[in-house]
Amino acid sequence: MLVLGPIGFLAPAVLWGLLALPVLWWLLRAVPPAPVRRRFPGVALMLGLADRDAETARTPWWLLALRLGALGLAILGFAGPVLNPEARLPGRDPVLYVLEGSWTDARDWGARTARLEALLEGSARAGQPAGVVVLTDPPAPGTPLFGAAAEAQGRVAGLRPNPWLPEGADRWAATLKGRFETVWFVSGIDWPGRAETLQALEARGPVRLIGGSAPLIALAPPVFAEGRIALGAQSQPPSGAPAEVVARGPDPNGTERDLARIELAFDAAGAAAAELALPPEIRNRIARFAISGVQSAAAALGDDSLRRRKIALVSGAAAGDETLDLLAPLHYLRQALAPTADLLDGALLESLAARPDVVILADVARLGEAEAAALGAWVEGGGLLLRFAGPRLARSDVGRTEADPLLPVRLREGGRSVGGAMSWGEPRALAPFAEGTPFAGLAIPAEVTVSAQVLAQPDPDLPARTIAALADGTPLVTRAALGEGQVVLFHVTANAEWSTLPLSGLFVRMLERLAVSLRSARPDAAELEGTLWTPVQVLDAFGRPGDAGRLAAVEGARLGAALGAGATARDLPPGVYTSEDRRIALNVIGEETVLQPARWPAGTRIEGLAVPPERGLKGLALALALGLVALDALASLALAGRLRGAAAAQAGAVILGAMLLGPTTARAQDAADAFAIRATPGFVLAHVLSGDARVDAITAQGLEGLGRVLGRRTSVEPGPPVGVDLERDEIDFFTLLYWPVTADAPLPSAEAYARLGRYLRAGGMIVFDTRDDDLAAGGVATPEQARLRLLAAPLDIPPLEPVPADHVLTRTFYLLTEFPGRHPRTTVWVEAAPPEADRAEGVPFRTLNDGVTPVVIGGGDWAGAWAVDDLGLPVLPVGRGVAGERQREFAYRFGVNLVMHVLTGNYKSDQVHVPALLERLGQ
Amino acid sequence: MTAAPAAPSRTAEAEALGAALPALLVASDQLAATVALGAHGRRRAGLGDAFWQYRPAQPADPVRMIDWRRSARGDQTFVREREAETAQTVMLWIDRSRAMAYSGAPNRPPKAERAALLGLALAALMLRAGERVGLMADRAPGADTDPAAARRAAPRSGRTQLLRLAEAGDPPDPAEYGAPAPAGLAAHGQAVLISDFLGPFAPIAALMDQAAAQGVRGALVQILDPAEEDLPFAGRTIFESMGGAMRHETRSAADLRALYGGRLRDRRAELELAAGRAGFVVATHRTDAPAAQVLLWLWRMLDGAR
Repeated sequence: MLVLGPIGFLAPAVLWGLLALPVLWWLLRAVPPAPVRRRFPGVALMLGLADRDAETARTPWWLLALRLGALGLAILGFAGPVLNPEARLPGRDPVLYVLEGSWTDARDWGARTARLEALLEGSARAGQPAGVVVLTDPPAPGTPLFGAAAEAQGRVAGLRPNPWLPEGADRWAATLKGRFETVWFVSGIDWPGRAETLQALEARGPVRLIGGSAPLIALAPPVFAEGRIALGAQSQPPSGAPAEVVARGPDPNGTERDLARIELAFDAAGAAAAELALPPEIRNRIARFAISGVQSAAAALGDDSLRRRKIALVSGAAAGDETLDLLAPLHYLRQALAPTADLLDGALLESLAARPDVVILADVARLGEAEAAALGAWVEGGGLLLRFAGPRLARSDVGRTEADPLLPVRLREGGRSVGGAMSWGEPRALAPFAEGTPFAGLAIPAEVTVSAQVLAQPDPDLPARTIAALADGTPLVTRAALGEGQVVLFHVTANAEWSTLPLSGLFVRMLERLAVSLRSARPDAAELEGTLWTPVQVLDAFGRPGDAGRLAAVEGARLGAALGAGATARDLPPGVYTSEDRRIALNVIGEETVLQPARWPAGTRIEGLAVPPERGLKGLALALALGLVALDALASLALAGRLRGAAAAQAGAVILGAMLLGPTTARAQDAADAFAIRATPGFVLAHVLSGDARVDAITAQGLEGLGRVLGRRTSVEPGPPVGVDLERDEIDFFTLLYWPVTADAPLPSAEAYARLGRYLRAGGMIVFDTRDDDLAAGGVATPEQARLRLLAAPLDIPPLEPVPADHVLTRTFYLLTEFPGRHPRTTVWVEAAPPEADRAEGVPFRTLNDGVTPVVIGGGDWAGAWAVDDLGLPVLPVGRGVAGERQREFAYRFGVNLVMHVLTGNYKSDQVHVPALLERLGQ
Repeated sequence: MTAAPAAPSRTAEAEALGAALPALLVASDQLAATVALGAHGRRRAGLGDAFWQYRPAQPADPVRMIDWRRSARGDQTFVREREAETAQTVMLWIDRSRAMAYSGAPNRPPKAERAALLGLALAALMLRAGERVGLMADRAPGADTDPAAARRAAPRSGRTQLLRLAEAGDPPDPAEYGAPAPAGLAAHGQAVLISDFLGPFAPIAALMDQAAAQGVRGALVQILDPAEEDLPFAGRTIFESMGGAMRHETRSAADLRALYGGRLRDRRAELELAAGRAGFVVATHRTDAPAAQVLLWLWRMLDGAR
């Protein structure tokens, strides 16, 4: 292949043909365009006239250039030009395609896989064996690496990056053997073992590096301080373009939406910082931060560090107690909680109205009835009630004889005091926290002692409710569940009166463990020691949150160690982990993470990802050449004087037409015409298509059968019956429309109703057949009848009556007294006779109105009785035996009468006047 | 079997011929009807059909000349005089050579068709006015001196002469350019020559000389296709005469236009000069103009000449 700039030629030998162009130039120049021969009588006057310019005999230069251009383009086209040819050395060695496959690849994963597929395509063409390896998920040692490139191509679409950095890639690379080329898609970010991996791969053969140029932007975990959320981000390589950070979370309806946006501007070092001030309601809802428009796991998940709980503090001390601050029951709680929580002060009921997360009662003994009820309901609804003991509680008789629901245990009278002046023994130390309690793993400082406490009544479930105890085993903190919430009692005061616990850091940590306070600072491994954290939500490499599924819980120590550096791994994916009520987010970027650009050995060249795709130009070149040839034809015509006016317009039209030739469609009118032709060969029976294929088939066969009977017995010879789609077809062609009503017949559109109304007004007749007379009983409407009422409601239908004995329908052809279909004894409704119709003397019929009844309604399933197959045999049985055949005969007679009525109107009604007329004529 | 196909083809030919004639006659009649006939008399008493005047009978008048009906009204006897009507002889020459078969565009009739139409319409008018109309033959060996051979149709009057004239139009002249036989002129009559006058000019000039000598006056109608006037061609072209005998090659037909136009003007000047000497008038008619226009002009010219 010959490559010139961005264009390569598949068959460069053809390009030698370009050398022939100058020869052609000379040849073409010598031959002028062919003359036109023209018959012209005026030639007699021309003889002897000389041409002004002899040069025109030569072909004009621009026409020459046009022709040479066309030929040159054709030669170029046949040489097989390719734009952006894939530069590769067709080697025989297998090729190993290495993807890092970590979250750092996620930002341009599509481009990577597209490039990989293009490369695999090339390998497949060259017949090279190929293998694809994702370093975050390396194959087990010994697995065969290489296979057919086409087979590897099929796997590319299924590859996904993982939300952790490659691990053990160097160890895996060291196990490789044999010789192969490597194509490595680098992410540009350093990771442990990268250099070793490169060495191992280079030992096996040449390594080609391909990397994207888009900067990797990573959000640091948000830090909450002083009412603001501090956001940090890194960009690697440093990018000047600002990034927009979106805070996402559920809105009050639970739908995830953007809660806030903020722009981050990067400095020269690639770092950016911004602060976001949000109302607590919104802040508490933030689930995660992400960079707008970038799909990457380098986002930050929201956890407890963003939240602040609302805590209601209620003290039992009477207002106006002139105690020192340090002795105030709530002083230490305030100190411990103020940095991390929103505190509510005030009366209990008012505080409850503010929907606190936690209510702390410090030495409150007795609550008013309303207060107790409200507090109880609040706890049962999921609140955490934290109570501290104190002199008042010790003195009161709350929970003495019977369990108080707002106390986890029953209390003994009086409490006890140890280590005081009047008591025996030393102040007691705390026993180590047992496994399984919320405090497990917390270190107990030696100086924490308890000198007084309230005592719990020994109960069978006391040990289960005890979550912290003194060294002598007496409970220090007890807890009981109440509804969805819980009640926790510290058996000591919240101030330093009874114990030194509030003075120690342990107190704060215990509050944290109880999720009374939520820490903004990141917990370290030591603090998480002994806890077990369950992932509830994990991020994939693209930063999409997903359900954690059945991932195993992680030990607190491991999680704590991973938090700082964002050290995610296969068994420790980024996500939100919970333990008890606390939530911790593990992000791929920790606070300490610094994105390090990968340093490659000097002289390493990294190809870009965005390689323009290979494009064959052969078609384009040949098309252009053809276009030039067409132009040349036009130009030659113009030169020869044959391109004038109409001829030019014709040529233009031909060329344009050839370009724009497309199928034209004009069918709607044809369809309507075809229907009209089918509907009007003569008299035709028509039926409405009900949408039920079986009903429609039977109806068509029925009208066919009736048509045959009419043809045999009367002078009416109907054509083949026509099915009518009310929505589409014109119905004005028909005199009789048979409409079988099904229970689920679709309602016609307003347009179709308008057509039906016009039809009825113009004298058409519709026979509604509900086909259900065997089911109709006792005035209860069958589904078909109900449907019929619905169908017919918009139609202009006159008052109806059952066919009277003297109705013209009973004698238009046959004399009938009843009108059976497949069902005997059916009632048929027709337009009611006017009330003033009177009976003439001596005539058995009333003098009835002129015209034809516009509707006939019944349920006899006449079409079923008329139906015949192609051989003329009945399709459906009617009745039994001979009586049934007679019933069918009467059904036919009804059909004949019906058609006669439609066609002749009240002719038979007028016949009754004939004797009177004859008599008058005789006079 | 061999003769069988010939018979129907001959009848078909005859039928086609017969069908064309009435059409041409009808067209020429329609064209002639557009010209309102004016008074056509000698404005003096003489032999004729139309009443001229009553005059008192002279002794020399034969008795049978007396108009008894008029004389019975008074004591004097009157003689009824008729207006003198002298029939002129009009000789037509309609060029039917190959050059006349040319038509520059599909929507324009060939020049020959327009010439035939014009000639017949003029003949119809003349015949209606009582003149004798004949058709001159094309110049040919033997036709130059013998008047009988120089006439395709002898001059006669009457409606049936029109049919004869129409039939005499066929077959066409095989020559490239037509010229009339000079012996066909009728002395002291009139002559109307309809042609494109693009061919050699000498026969025309000779005819004009002869006409002047014989006291014949009339008109020359030059029928040209618009293409022949405008030469709307361009590019390298070989122009051929209709029979292919003459040809002229040019590399740029557009450049030829001005030169050709000059030649055409020269020809017309020549024509007018020669015609003027013989007392003829010259008109040019383009086939894209209505034929009625030139017919009216011809009629007025000839009427005035009488």
